[in-house]
Amino acid sequence: MEEISVRVGGQAGDGIASIGEAVARGFSRSGLHVFALNAYQSVIRGGHVWFQARASGSRLYSQGDAADVLYALDKATVEIHSAQLRPGAVVIHDPEKFAVDASQLPPQVTLLPVPTLEIARKYTSQSILQNAGGLGAVAYVAGLPLDLLHQVLADSFGKKKGEVVDWNLGASTDGYKFAEQHASVSARALGRRGSPKLLMTGNQAIALGAVAGGCKFLAQYPMTPASTIMHWLAAHARSLGVVVKQAEDELAAIHMAIGASFAGVRSMTATSGGGFSLMVEALGMAGMTETPLVVVESQRSGPSTGLPTKTEQGDLNLMLGAGQGEFPRAILAPSHPIEAYSATVDAFRLAEEWQTPILLASDFHLSENFATVDREEVSVPSAPPSLFTVTPNGGDYLRYQITESGVSPRALPGQPGLQFIAGSDEHDERGHLISDVRAGIPVWISERQRMMDKRMHKLDGLARSVPPPVLEGAADAPITFVTWGSTIGAVRDAIAELAERGRPANLLRFPAVYPLEPAKVRSLLEGAKRPVLVEANYSGQFGRLLRAETGFEITDRLLKYDGEPFSPHEIVARAMEGPSHGGQ
Amino acid sequence: MADSSARAVPSSPPTALPVVGKSETKPTWCPGCGDFGVVAAIEMALKRLAIPSHDVVLVSGIGCSSNLPHFLSSYGFHGVHGRVLPVAEGIRWGNHGLTVIGTGGDGDGFGIGVGHFVHTMRRNVDLTYVTMDNQIYGLTTGQASPTSTMGHLTKSTPTGVIETPIDPVALALASGATYVARGFSGDVKHLVDLIANGIRHKGFAFDDVFSPCVTYNKINTFDFFRQRVYKLESSGHDPSDIVQAWQRSLEWGEKIPIGLFYRTERPTYEELEEVLHAGPLALQPTGLRDPGPVLDEFV
Repeated sequence: MEEISVRVGGQAGDGIASIGEAVARGFSRSGLHVFALNAYQSVIRGGHVWFQARASGSRLYSQGDAADVLYALDKATVEIHSAQLRPGAVVIHDPEKFAVDASQLPPQVTLLPVPTLEIARKYTSQSILQNAGGLGAVAYVAGLPLDLLHQVLADSFGKKKGEVVDWNLGASTDGYKFAEQHASVSARALGRRGSPKLLMTGNQAIALGAVAGGCKFLAQYPMTPASTIMHWLAAHARSLGVVVKQAEDELAAIHMAIGASFAGVRSMTATSGGGFSLMVEALGMAGMTETPLVVVESQRSGPSTGLPTKTEQGDLNLMLGAGQGEFPRAILAPSHPIEAYSATVDAFRLAEEWQTPILLASDFHLSENFATVDREEVSVPSAPPSLFTVTPNGGDYLRYQITESGVSPRALPGQPGLQFIAGSDEHDERGHLISDVRAGIPVWISERQRMMDKRMHKLDGLARSVPPPVLEGAADAPITFVTWGSTIGAVRDAIAELAERGRPANLLRFPAVYPLEPAKVRSLLEGAKRPVLVEANYSGQFGRLLRAETGFEITDRLLKYDGEPFSPHEIVARAMEGPSHGGQ
Repeated sequence: MADSSARAVPSSPPTALPVVGKSETKPTWCPGCGDFGVVAAIEMALKRLAIPSHDVVLVSGIGCSSNLPHFLSSYGFHGVHGRVLPVAEGIRWGNHGLTVIGTGGDGDGFGIGVGHFVHTMRRNVDLTYVTMDNQIYGLTTGQASPTSTMGHLTKSTPTGVIETPIDPVALALASGATYVARGFSGDVKHLVDLIANGIRHKGFAFDDVFSPCVTYNKINTFDFFRQRVYKLESSGHDPSDIVQAWQRSLEWGEKIPIGLFYRTERPTYEELEEVLHAGPLALQPTGLRDPGPVLDEFV
């Protein structure tokens, strides 16, 4: 595949993500597709962080496997990343900071020493300006025009004007010119390809989709990798009319969201596995009181605190089983920011339609990494109407009326004559408790069963309402990767690479992992010549769900739980090597 | 309480619509339970203020006292244990035209839910919180509560409680509550005043109510309180003086004060949350109405 990848590495606090984002934005403004990976650790200063901006003329779904430009702000970066440099790659560093032994680099990889500190000193004593000089050199080698780089840099300072902006523009020009004299543009550089694209993270897409879907209230407690949903919505709260509340804990966050929803506001909370564990009881309360709710669960490596800045798909069992007893829920699992956007719109529609919690499963890899989206792809639904526009008939109003679908007419506080109590205890159609003096009395034993049936009937409707599984690629491919969530990205890129090698493969993906329509899923699985389960957890949690729902067991499994996202080459390798059963 | 122009559904004048009364559900509390006095006082306070029943939401958690919303004719949310306040806050922020009253017990509010109690007060959310404090866990049949006194013999403390009890009034003062009162369910007339004034108060109003458990607490009984309580209103207390309020909150023994400890004015969370200036959130327009500028930020 024609592509170019730029990697920047150094210590936390060095400004790695800012450099990387500028390169990524340079590519996306060139009309290229981008996938940008932001790899960091759970420290604020020190350690090793890196950012990779990968660009191509066609859509990218993963971080890829290798880099063509490496800008190293410290020596460790060279040591850690040089093995992943492609022939023709260039390593940029400042010899004043550290020396690099060119003989230790892979064959056909060259060094470009750039005096970034010296460039910075021309303008200021603040050494952080070295990054602008380095960025200039990177931009030259990566084939980004200087005027475009200047635009990106100037925009990154927002409305700020003055000497800092001028210094950055000056230093980046110096770095660019230096590279022009001492190196050549990468043979893999792609130039401009049409109109600028939008560059967004999965979390930004979720936040945007929430607003488009009618969300007016977010309550959240900070937790990586979900926090940036709150950051984006907080920054846009006033302009978009959303109340954003940082709660005292996740217990408060989900209960606030349920309270606001009960009052007639489309509401959301977002967290990672640890916070979601605290929300479990409330999730069941939303199910029992039939209060619409959207919960984003952005997974990270567990168990317990695990690896806070690393990815995993290890919370599927938790999401499926969260809450005592049984109540209806759905779990949507987008894989790319554009899917995250539309899945969030869908989540709000489904929560409202079925009056029950809808989970949006993300993970570090989707939430925190960037990908490009075409403006035309962002389909903005018409503004969801105020819930006050629907008033159930008065008279003998039954909030929890038993209906065929399981969905009952919903009144909101403030509507006259329709008062009811939403109860977390078992209740009758009117909302009156059957948990105390009626419990165990024959007529109420059967009423309890009817209320359970009513709520659980929603699952049948939900199974038909959620987006169905999709078989991507040639139906008769000799190998079918079965996967969900962010792992779909690496699989798609692997399938593209396999096609180039004359090894066709296809993809069976599940935009909604629950509820499933077992007969349909089973026939899809039975249609696969060689199904291979690919997911980022130890035990193959989705494979287990598929087996439980359909009786079909996928024995050929590719599982990963080292904290890193799948790389396309790992999937390609599995396709090339033939079936493997039971192991990793 | 928000002014009437901010009401959720400004339909007909309040007096033309039914105000809060008893619901068709009869209380299931033990005969003689202190909570009967509290539900009566809440009903009378709401009647006095003539707030239509459809504009009131009673929110509760779990415990004997948390069944209270079922016994009145307003809207209600009877949630899970300890979470009355975050649900109540969410309702206020969702529709600040509503009158929101949280009700519950000492275990619910000062045990499992104490974190929310502190944070709701520092936010000065405009709602009223009435706790029926019986210093015991009743619905789980008699374990020690956070307000059980030292030495109290209960099922979970057969040799007596060895922890200092929480003082809800002092905790409220320390947490920035803007209306702090204590009532006694044996004096409903006095309690109605406290609750009605709390609902009328702009900001978080806390009414801790001695509401004896006649089944499981044989120490803090109606008689115990009748012999000890005295009213701050008739003892020269100045509720605008936080130092005096602190001093009174420390009194526990032969004399125990009830009444208004402290009241002050501070902007409410709803007033400071700019998005709510455009009216109740539930009535505001939704969606991405002008996507252009937002999408431009991603270029």
